[in-house]
Amino acid sequence: MTGALSGLRADLALIAQWVPRGAKVLDLGCGDGALLEWLSQNKGCRGYGAEIDEGKVLSCVARGVHVIQADIDSGLSIFAHANFDLVILSQALQATHQTERVLGDIARLGREVIVSIPNFGHWSHIQSLLTGHMPVNDRLPYEWYDTPNRHLATTKDFEALLHQMGMRVMERLYVREDTGGEVHRVTWATTLRATLALYRFSGMSSEHI
Amino acid sequence: MSGLPRGPTVKKCVKLAPMHHATESGSVGPVVEQFADFHEPFSLASGQSLSGFTLAYETYGTLNADRSNAVLVCHALNASHHVAGTYAQGPVNLGWWDNMVGPGKPLDTREFFVLGVNNLGSCFGSTGPASLDPATGQPYGSHFPVVTVEDWVRAQALLADRLGIAQFAAVMGGSLGGMQALEWTIAFPERVRHAFVIASTPRLSAQNIAFNEVARRAILKDPDFHGGDYYAHQVVPSHGLSVARMIGHITYLSDDDMAQKFGRSLRDNGGGYRFGFEAEFEIENYLRHQGEKFSRYFDANTYLLITRALDYFDPSRTTGGDLARALEPARASFSVVSFTTDWRFPPERSREIVSALIQNGSAVNYAEIDAPHGHDAFLMSDPRYHAFVRENFKQLRAQI
Repeated sequence: MTGALSGLRADLALIAQWVPRGAKVLDLGCGDGALLEWLSQNKGCRGYGAEIDEGKVLSCVARGVHVIQADIDSGLSIFAHANFDLVILSQALQATHQTERVLGDIARLGREVIVSIPNFGHWSHIQSLLTGHMPVNDRLPYEWYDTPNRHLATTKDFEALLHQMGMRVMERLYVREDTGGEVHRVTWATTLRATLALYRFSGMSSEHI
Repeated sequence: MSGLPRGPTVKKCVKLAPMHHATESGSVGPVVEQFADFHEPFSLASGQSLSGFTLAYETYGTLNADRSNAVLVCHALNASHHVAGTYAQGPVNLGWWDNMVGPGKPLDTREFFVLGVNNLGSCFGSTGPASLDPATGQPYGSHFPVVTVEDWVRAQALLADRLGIAQFAAVMGGSLGGMQALEWTIAFPERVRHAFVIASTPRLSAQNIAFNEVARRAILKDPDFHGGDYYAHQVVPSHGLSVARMIGHITYLSDDDMAQKFGRSLRDNGGGYRFGFEAEFEIENYLRHQGEKFSRYFDANTYLLITRALDYFDPSRTTGGDLARALEPARASFSVVSFTTDWRFPPERSREIVSALIQNGSAVNYAEIDAPHGHDAFLMSDPRYHAFVRENFKQLRAQI
């Protein structure tokens, strides 16, 4: 599953494949706007990115991506009345303060949500813990005392939370990212072998969809 | 553009140089004031009308062949059409947004044709309370009608007609200037491609109006005010105007900024308290100085008018408070900027605008700049702020 969507980072390409053509999209933690730009050019999507980092905000403007400088923890009310088709949260949930509340808020902003999370249960992390250290690697490159990540979870933990919150999961995908930036689908022993998990779900009961 | 006799103003306000200095990028250099006279009756939101009026303006850069690169810069309470550059004659007199506008600046005059207009009712050359009423030959004074942001924008549009500008590439303003940019997108949706709404608000809060009211009371109760007709008495209500400016000035600065600049420093460094009511703290001294300086160059009636225009502005007034619906006519794309320490028009007010635009599906970029300077930050050259404006203009440049 590589090279399908040229120019887009592999994990973002996976998300892009799930986005319906012409969708009105909100990308929370949109970074430099690459995904939104791709979706606009290739799938006729429109929408907004939210980003807190000022340098990345500038990158979005330079790409012609509409960007709102906002904090996912406290700044989501700005999007409250827009009725998005899709809200994307790519590897950013773990950095939120009040993860459960944020997840609930996000589910109310759009009909569907796509979330990707790093799987803290990956075997390499366990190996690292067995040697007495918190894992530090390409995907989680931060020391424990200096990390934006507050709420890391395993895929099982996250799925339990989605279930507990009554979210309806439509699709899920487990992948392994290699050092070359490619992704490979993981179909067995996912809780140990996946480095990244993607979920497409909805917080609205079916009569609202 | 002949007609009305030049200089119909009894006392034209003197533009003072702002506190900031030009950045390393170039300056537009010496600039020349121009005047446009309009002889048709101009009816105002209040129901009153003016038989004609003059607008003072300046332009920088070159209007391109298809007239698509014009940018209107709207001024706030106490500024003017002198946005950038200096005057060849007279004292040092740098335009109030010279750090933003010029060759190589965020609003690059090598790419854009920039227009600054002094608003109706102001005191820097456009028709205002100090101008002579052609009907009486006397200064308008108390007879000058109350003008609104909507009136200003319609007057600016007449000037755009005169200059052959069918559509502005951008209308840009900070604070009250941002309100004008917003109003442009509602009143003339087809005439503005992009709006920069900086450190602004969709409407004043009760607290904002309260500060304005205290400022106006100070002027109205000054014994030299004479009901607004002080020109005939050869006096100006300088005490009232000075206090009004002191009040305004407090709201432009952040608490932190004031603490850092002045703290509790005493004017008399060595000594202790003097147990009196003269300016004892540095902050008192500073405010008095600012107030007195302002009262020497600004017209009190103009101060009343402009604060009232601020109070009245509320595009959602006709849509039951629904700002998104008020902004529905807008076809422009937007850049909205707020500053975290601005407590006069805090980020929450800008977010209201952005939220309404998002609800409407309008194109909008929003930056919330973590700057220490309070409301005045929009006049400062914070690199993050300027980079954002610059990048938005770059995008705009590619479209025109």
